[in-house]
Amino acid sequence: MTTTPLDTRPRPAAAPTPAPLPSAPRHRRAGFLREQISGWGMIAPAAVLLLLFVFLPAILGFGLAFTNARLISPRPVEFVGTDNFARLFADPTFWRALLNVTYFAVVVVPVQSALALAMALLINKKFRGVNFFRTVYFLPVVTSMVVVSLLWLFMYRKDGLINELLSTFSFGLIQGADWLNDPATAMPAIIALSIWQAAGFHMIIWLAGLQSISGELYEAAQLDGASRWHQFRYVTWPGLKHTRSLVLVTITIQALGLFDQVSVMTQGGPLDSTTTIIYEAVRSGFKQQETSYASAISLVFFVLVLLISAVQRYLTREKD
Amino acid sequence: MLVRILFAAVAAFPIVFMLVSSLKPDTQIFGDMSSVAAFLPVGNISFDNYAAVFDRVPAARFLVNSIGISAVTVVLGIFINSLCAFALSRMEVRGKRVVFTVILATLIVPFQTLALPLVWWVNQLPYFELNGFSLEISKGWLDTYQVQIIPFIANAFSIYLFHQYFESIPKELDEAARIDGAGWFKIYRQVVMPLAGPATATVAILTFLPAWNSYLWPLMVVQSEELRPVMIGIQYFFQLNVSWGEVMAYASLITVPVVVLFIAFQRSFINSIASSGVKG
Repeated sequence: MTTTPLDTRPRPAAAPTPAPLPSAPRHRRAGFLREQISGWGMIAPAAVLLLLFVFLPAILGFGLAFTNARLISPRPVEFVGTDNFARLFADPTFWRALLNVTYFAVVVVPVQSALALAMALLINKKFRGVNFFRTVYFLPVVTSMVVVSLLWLFMYRKDGLINELLSTFSFGLIQGADWLNDPATAMPAIIALSIWQAAGFHMIIWLAGLQSISGELYEAAQLDGASRWHQFRYVTWPGLKHTRSLVLVTITIQALGLFDQVSVMTQGGPLDSTTTIIYEAVRSGFKQQETSYASAISLVFFVLVLLISAVQRYLTREKD
Repeated sequence: MLVRILFAAVAAFPIVFMLVSSLKPDTQIFGDMSSVAAFLPVGNISFDNYAAVFDRVPAARFLVNSIGISAVTVVLGIFINSLCAFALSRMEVRGKRVVFTVILATLIVPFQTLALPLVWWVNQLPYFELNGFSLEISKGWLDTYQVQIIPFIANAFSIYLFHQYFESIPKELDEAARIDGAGWFKIYRQVVMPLAGPATATVAILTFLPAWNSYLWPLMVVQSEELRPVMIGIQYFFQLNVSWGEVMAYASLITVPVVVLFIAFQRSFINSIASSGVKG
């Protein structure tokens, strides 16, 4: 009575076969048709779901951006041409959001990639306790961005932990700011916590790249008497070529999509100093139920991401 | 080593602060802030904040919802994505290159740009419900469990990770199994998947984290309290007088399970990412 149920289950491959194809002379291998049917049967569930929940909404969003659709509306959906885009490009909040996101990305992309690489280098080689350090460095990543934002919201208070730490370490010289309520410091504060939360993820990607560099290269470099800096400069850095572009693209996309932190901590304020493109899209689409206007913002965002990724791909392309 | 410890301290201090503060009354949290006591469970330590959390929020319900949603997403995600990757990697299916390329192309679409059209779209989808013996069809998936699960099962990155891993398993194993008369599903189930442990662990973690942490999506599509996941619970703490001890207790409550799970899977996760060639 302990036979595995799998042995008795009819295999998908044994499904009733439709009439055989007229001729398949090139494929004399037995079971060709059977392989096609089972293969497509296995691909289908994931492919259909991706079609339904990625491709269709993407195309739909593209279309909705040119209509007046609302989430719940008695009126029929009408085509309105580029009205939404005209309104969007005339909206100062949108330009402010674009500026904020650019500011965020310009700081986060280089700083976060550099810190993540430094962390990866620190834990690349095996040493006692390496797993402890790997786990601790990755801890902020497993903590949800929403929880992280909440936690830092508390720490950034005027009488919060950050200011107390600053005051203690500077022996009372630095009087901390009211970080999130000052338009000048709100974005830098969000930048700091974002880097703190996400650097560990990119550390893992760097680590994957570092592990793929052959140890023999380092041995050869050592035999040649290369210093640690030269080893990094001439072995590690060129060896990370592919990883570099992957890290660059993923951090940039993540930075442009800034939302959770803003939604929990500042709601775009003070004085729009932390609002972002996605935050504006969600605000208009969800709070004001203007699906079409939000779709227009999303479309602009998507084109922006695509353009920047393309430029980055071009700049980091392999030059032979 | 000093640098390593410094980085570790920076990575860990907010989390330690959160856990420690969750055990203290508000007055003491603020009192301890200027000394090292902020990071130590000293003074008036109790679980009172945790008890208060369950009074203020239906925390148990939210936890059950999130556990259910995440578990179903992870299990179905592993099954469907590995099955797809299996066919794309190990079978001679015509047109598979095109399919794989199209699947990978979905990686460049950020979820935030899909979210709003997706809300409109799921609101148009039919919803089948078995009511006694009659099948009822209604429109709209808003405010359900499945709207929090089904759109997130298929994932291009999971398919990619499985595909990379399957490529490293010798194809001769399939041939041998086929000579023994095994069908393709049996090869998948009994030959390939048992060897794909590290890839499965990685996909499990990378599916679990966004499922557990999802915030934007349930905010948009779930209204009923009894269907809400844990992250939405945070809003409850800012409606009336804010007790930071309770906030920290709730934050710890929804973070600790993930950390424990991560530490359990940690070794195979990091090693598998590090060796799976996520190199672009």
